[in-house]
Amino acid sequence: MATKTNKAIKISQKHLLGIQDLSINDVNLILDESKTFIKLNQSKNKKLNVLNGKTQINLFFEPSTRTQSSFELAGKRLGADVMSMNMSNSAIKKGETLIDTAMTLNAMHPDIIVIRHQDSGACNLLSQKVNCAVLNAGDGSREHPTQALLDALTIINRKEKIEGLRIAICGDITHSRVARSNIYLLNMLGAEVNIIAPSNLMPKEIEKFGVNTFTNMKKGLKDCDIVMMLRLQNERMTSSFLSSNREYYEYYGLTPDKLSHAKEDALIMHPGPMNRGIEIDTKLADDINRSVIKEQVELGVAVRMACLKIFCE
Amino acid sequence: MKKQYFINANIIDPHNSINENGGLIIDENGLIEAIGKKVNTNNIPSREKVIDLKGKHIFPGLVDMRVFAGEPGYEYKENFRTLSNAALAGGVTSVVTMPNTDPIIDNVSIVDFLKRRGRDKSKINVFPSAALTKNIEGLSMTEFGLLQSRGIIAFTDGIKTIQNTRLMSRIMNSAKDLGTLIMQHAEDYDLSKNGMINSGIIATKLGLSGIPAVAERIIIERDLTLLENIKCRYHISQISAAKSVEIINERKDKVKFTTGVSINNLSLNENDIGDFRTFLKLSPPLRTEEDRIVLVQGLKDETIDVIVSDHKPEDEEQKRLTFAQAATGASGIETLLSLSLELHHNGSVKLETIIKALTSNPAKILKINKGNLSVSNEADFCIVDIDKPWVVKKDKLVSKSKNTSIEDKKLQGKVTNTFVKGEELFKL
Repeated sequence: MATKTNKAIKISQKHLLGIQDLSINDVNLILDESKTFIKLNQSKNKKLNVLNGKTQINLFFEPSTRTQSSFELAGKRLGADVMSMNMSNSAIKKGETLIDTAMTLNAMHPDIIVIRHQDSGACNLLSQKVNCAVLNAGDGSREHPTQALLDALTIINRKEKIEGLRIAICGDITHSRVARSNIYLLNMLGAEVNIIAPSNLMPKEIEKFGVNTFTNMKKGLKDCDIVMMLRLQNERMTSSFLSSNREYYEYYGLTPDKLSHAKEDALIMHPGPMNRGIEIDTKLADDINRSVIKEQVELGVAVRMACLKIFCE
Repeated sequence: MKKQYFINANIIDPHNSINENGGLIIDENGLIEAIGKKVNTNNIPSREKVIDLKGKHIFPGLVDMRVFAGEPGYEYKENFRTLSNAALAGGVTSVVTMPNTDPIIDNVSIVDFLKRRGRDKSKINVFPSAALTKNIEGLSMTEFGLLQSRGIIAFTDGIKTIQNTRLMSRIMNSAKDLGTLIMQHAEDYDLSKNGMINSGIIATKLGLSGIPAVAERIIIERDLTLLENIKCRYHISQISAAKSVEIINERKDKVKFTTGVSINNLSLNENDIGDFRTFLKLSPPLRTEEDRIVLVQGLKDETIDVIVSDHKPEDEEQKRLTFAQAATGASGIETLLSLSLELHHNGSVKLETIIKALTSNPAKILKINKGNLSVSNEADFCIVDIDKPWVVKKDKLVSKSKNTSIEDKKLQGKVTNTFVKGEELFKL
């Protein structure tokens, strides 16, 4: 699927708000660009100057470790001036609305704003009010496009292509923006997607997204090439969705026994942070033959460099 | 006031079963002197000035059972003066205002204040409703009897639902004793918690928590079950789901109650929310197109009695937020009639049925002598060019708040004149 970067192809969107808005050309453009940064990130000198003089603001309304540091590092490696704002102790706490914050930042003439927000659609609202490009680093339960793109890149890196693969996404689908973005992207790239979750964590009418749904994990994992585990998002759960973590682990935790239903060479992925012993057996998470979790983090920087570069232009 | 003569109008007055071409005579006191086909140039003295309406329609002034006024406490969203102007522009001459103000309308002294304000500042007939429970907390009843004696004609917690079944049965018992009208917003909070839009594909796509249709149905079924043993005047404020129409149809023969629907739920569906349009964050939420079609059918076969605007003015600050943070509700009193006429123009509901649901039916439920054109009654009516095309533009709205759910919608039919007590208070 990966075509050589064609300079004539331009990204169709001004902002990266969700995979839903991207065309297959956009996706290939980003993935191809990302590949050029993988080598760079492994070399001794990791610094480029393609974003010299550009200003990148990271607006994180929700705590984040890997996404925030990944975006920060990506911007710095490209030579941008990066400002990371921890919004949990800022003007928002003093009652300022998202739009007012946006207008304030806009007056500082940034070239790109990276936003993570607990409310779905927050990035859409921001994008309507600022002049620069907006990159969505996760909005509520809606989308997390760079995570899906880095997952796709990881899969392509290992399996060469996504088309024809059977990929299981398992866990708390209801609250997961990662699941939604991945469903759109993997479908677009020609994978068969199995969604595995207890009914209480399965969003309404998700099958209309063109996926197979399973409440039985073993059945859902059958002959899968990729097993993507999701974190139980306890902070988004407002009432009792599950009886207990130990029962959840029994039925939906990834164990060697359950994994044996997938293909022999099936890879394990997880967007992190992991709840070891709840959604995934700790040995499996660290199994270098099966788990590509660290590789996801590594390629995440490359994908974010590509996105910053493309959307800054 | 001079006597006024109108001829050549298409008059629809469901209360008096009038649906004919004719005229209307208003006497010096603003009362209706004569109406119908017998009023024509032949029996009007030739020296009198006669207004030929050339086939335009005359309807009784609309009675809107669900309106949020903003007074007291939220005058910056809407006050009685701006509400009156907005209502008149839409042909509405009587409104029931919701008690969800600051302070809440739940005691006699605030009712006295409100009645005075309404009378002084308002050009239309304002019937304030009072809360069912103190501070709409859903814990203890308000003084239905005393409040009624001060002129309260309906009780509701407005945007809130009585969750406690025992309290609900006690409210119904009191209402039965005192002849009180109860209006319930049907929503089970445990099921709707954190919900913002209809539970389904759109909610899943937008990553928003859903409000399932069953949250409405459970309260309706509970209340109608209680009603079997406690016969009181009970009205379901608004329904939104196909299943609710089905339940209501099943129960109609067993118990006596009435049902309303918002014009929003009759005209729009969840797809209209599009890219997080906060003006379409409504309660009850917009549901699927299938639900909408069943609601329209329910109106057509008169399973549903009343159409309301659910006019809920919200200023820009409350809507320029993320969907989760944005206020619920849309401004709609000015467009209530025009939007309702869409159902006539597209052939789904007879014009007379629509007008009935906007005039005589709500008046009958409320037991008020409004929404009709009976001789010797106060002449509250509107003149409507039902074919006139126009486009909704929020900046042209009269209401103080511009949060319309139908910005840029092309409508057919517009109120050209509105009269209250025989006085022309709105002219296009």
